[in-house]
Amino acid sequence: MKDLSLSILDIVMNSVKAEASLIEITLEDDGNLFSVHIADNGCGMDEAFLARVTDPFTTTRTTRNVGMGVPLFKLAAEQAGGTFSITSEPGKGTELTASFEQNHLDKPPLGDMAATVTTLIQGSPDVDFSYRHATPKGEASLDTRELRETLDGVPLDTPDVLSWIQDSLCEEERMIQT
Amino acid sequence: MKSIEELKKIREQTLKTINLRKEDGEDAVRIVVGMATCGIAAGARPVLAACLDEVSKRNLANVSVTQTGCIGVCRLEPIIEVYVPGQEKVTYVSMDEDKARRVIHEHIVNNKVVTELTIGAEGA
Repeated sequence: MKDLSLSILDIVMNSVKAEASLIEITLEDDGNLFSVHIADNGCGMDEAFLARVTDPFTTTRTTRNVGMGVPLFKLAAEQAGGTFSITSEPGKGTELTASFEQNHLDKPPLGDMAATVTTLIQGSPDVDFSYRHATPKGEASLDTRELRETLDGVPLDTPDVLSWIQDSLCEEERMIQT
Repeated sequence: MKSIEELKKIREQTLKTINLRKEDGEDAVRIVVGMATCGIAAGARPVLAACLDEVSKRNLANVSVTQTGCIGVCRLEPIIEVYVPGQEKVTYVSMDEDKARRVIHEHIVNNKVVTELTIGAEGA
């Protein structure tokens, strides 16, 4: 993966596949440590599957036996002096945290989070996403539950709504860039 | 700063035109973009964005763009599939933003398959 926003897009697709109705994506940058926290209320994993989930030869797919998303993300964190952890409870959901040393030579750039969030909403307009990105300069955030209230019946994947989401988030991200 | 006021305006505007979209009609065209790990790593996110942009810019009311998982030929990602009613599905491989826009111009608007970008031409 070229940047973290692509990994995050890939990882959150797992939450969508787990039939979560609410997915929280939180990025925190305190200047030294950059952390990514993803929490969903999807179907969760049992202990046996959770133990194997960072193995590239673990997947829920039945057509093939490789699943690279989680192992690649874990590798990216560990290569950048960070840590990776994942907890899950069947029927309740899954939580995942990855941290990166902000100034580590091997920390991938964050990339375009506005595009990642927009792509997620376009792909699953009925799922709620709560996104927050905090840096020492401020905070960017978006919550589809609030947008839904304003839109009152107009779907989130309406082209003009998606452009609005992308543009407004892009601007907020620019303002908190360090 | 983009405001909630603007979002409200978009809502009003959309309600006026919502009946013009005919994604479920008999002439409904579907574009499916592979968005699994392999697709994303190969550059599917900008390809999807280009498809959405082109469809909305050209006001193609009968065309829907959706995401799917791994299509099965990871080395040829980004892959998009085009479903035109009454025609065989066409699979385009090694897409980028420009190629995706070209597929929409030539295949969807002008109804002429871009043979050189299909999976058959790639010699899979």
